Amino acid sequence: MKPFAYSRAASVEEAASAAASVQGARFIAGGTNLLDLMKLQIETPTHLIDVNHLGLDRIEKTEDGGLRIGALVRNTDLAADRAVRRDYAVLSRALLAGASGQLRNKATTGGNLLQRTRCPYFYDTRMPCNKRKPGSGCGAIKGISRSLAILGTSDACIAQHPSDMAVALRLLDASVETVGADGNRRAIPIADFHLAPGDSPHVENALRPGELITAVTLPKPLGGTHVYRKVRDRASYAFALVSVAAVFGKDGKTRFAFGGIATKPWRVAEAEAAASRGAKAVAEAALAGAAPTAQNAFKQQLTAQTLASIYRQQEA
Amino acid sequence: MTVEQWTRRHILQGSAAAAAALPVAKEAQAAPASRRPIRKEGTHMTAVGLTVNGREVHLQLDPRTTLLDALREHLHLTGTKKGCDHGQCGACTVMVEGRRINSCLTLAVMHEGETVTTIEGLGTPDRLHPMQRAFITHDGYQCGYCTPGQICSAVAVLEEIDAGIPSHATGDLDDVAFSDAEVRERMSGNICRCAAYPNIIAAIREVAGEKKA
Repeated sequence: MKPFAYSRAASVEEAASAAASVQGARFIAGGTNLLDLMKLQIETPTHLIDVNHLGLDRIEKTEDGGLRIGALVRNTDLAADRAVRRDYAVLSRALLAGASGQLRNKATTGGNLLQRTRCPYFYDTRMPCNKRKPGSGCGAIKGISRSLAILGTSDACIAQHPSDMAVALRLLDASVETVGADGNRRAIPIADFHLAPGDSPHVENALRPGELITAVTLPKPLGGTHVYRKVRDRASYAFALVSVAAVFGKDGKTRFAFGGIATKPWRVAEAEAAASRGAKAVAEAALAGAAPTAQNAFKQQLTAQTLASIYRQQEA
Repeated sequence: MTVEQWTRRHILQGSAAAAAALPVAKEAQAAPASRRPIRKEGTHMTAVGLTVNGREVHLQLDPRTTLLDALREHLHLTGTKKGCDHGQCGACTVMVEGRRINSCLTLAVMHEGETVTTIEGLGTPDRLHPMQRAFITHDGYQCGYCTPGQICSAVAVLEEIDAGIPSHATGDLDDVAFSDAEVRERMSGNICRCAAYPNIIAAIREVAGEKKA
């Protein structure tokens, strides 16, 4: 690791202000992704601001019947929370499908939203990667791309978004609460939080310099049946090739969000409009505009089959 | 560096398998000056206080020091192993504030004032923890390198099941109970290249049964 200074923030406002004013400063929460990347010198912060002691580790009801999840709530605690298990089971299921027990004990809600792609070219500093080194090119598009995205891609980047949690949050219409370097607070809809790569794949989210995630809020529960189906190369502790979050709502509306196949948590209104016409129709709508490589084209069929499996289970 | 300053570590450097054969230090001791890690130019040392296996320790650390390196290189608690150093293998698993984590993916300075339990804190050769004894009984290892992490993880897994924390293998999220499938899922962050998995599960099953009895 490159040398860095370490400090603990005393308040969220102080943390945000310090992060904006110190060149190369980064927040550290669970650290499970950031420290991994620092060891590889993919991330080289000059200053780490520890935000673990700011009281952001609580889960509480909101006034409108939803839930506010502190940014520092650990993945284990969020998945095990009684209200989440009961009312937002798709979120519990998504969290439990990700990482390992050890990592979930450390990884946080805010950090999970900010985790970076596991594209092998991003991880290998000898390779070109527009996300890691803007303008250096993309080694993946004509390289080893089996695990990478088929949706939301660009000529600059096809890195897949790795999070399971974020797919469930996308389906639940979560909102990301932040405090900015100027002390102002705002809420960013999850749909607008993650950015497709376009021609600037190094810009991954809507956060401004110094802006700190303080909480994630969920609207009131949808009820119905919650499903998170993750398909991967081994039964546990692997990233998704394809994942599907689904809620068959009591209101008759069915919601879908997809992971493993796109550059950001993926949700398509047309796919949900097609829900009553069955898995095949949903898959066709969800995969509209897909731009697979020869190596990851299988993800289209795998997505369709995963949806078919979910439908069969739902009908049974 | 004189000949006297050479340690086994230098001779065995680069050979993780050989390092695994070293006897485990019975308890943390203050390091002799010649074994203290060298301070790097341009780094600010930070004071860190921890309670490790019931004993208060105070260290001056480069902030880059992971909890794993603090345990192994500064406190000489070499039971905790460095496998991948990237959170993929689980050999570095320890308990911090009662929860199992990968000690390679966290900085020691982030744990100021916290309580750490390593394999040396679970039991000793004379007074084995039930999980250590069960691993021996069921031959839950071959080379032994992953074993301290496996045992720390296994102890935590049974506590997590007792606490009703669900897993990916849990059918009804509100009905958490011990099963082999639960153990396989919950232990997936601990890799064993000797593939002692069936025996590891047998060891954990035995301890789970003892706890219930």
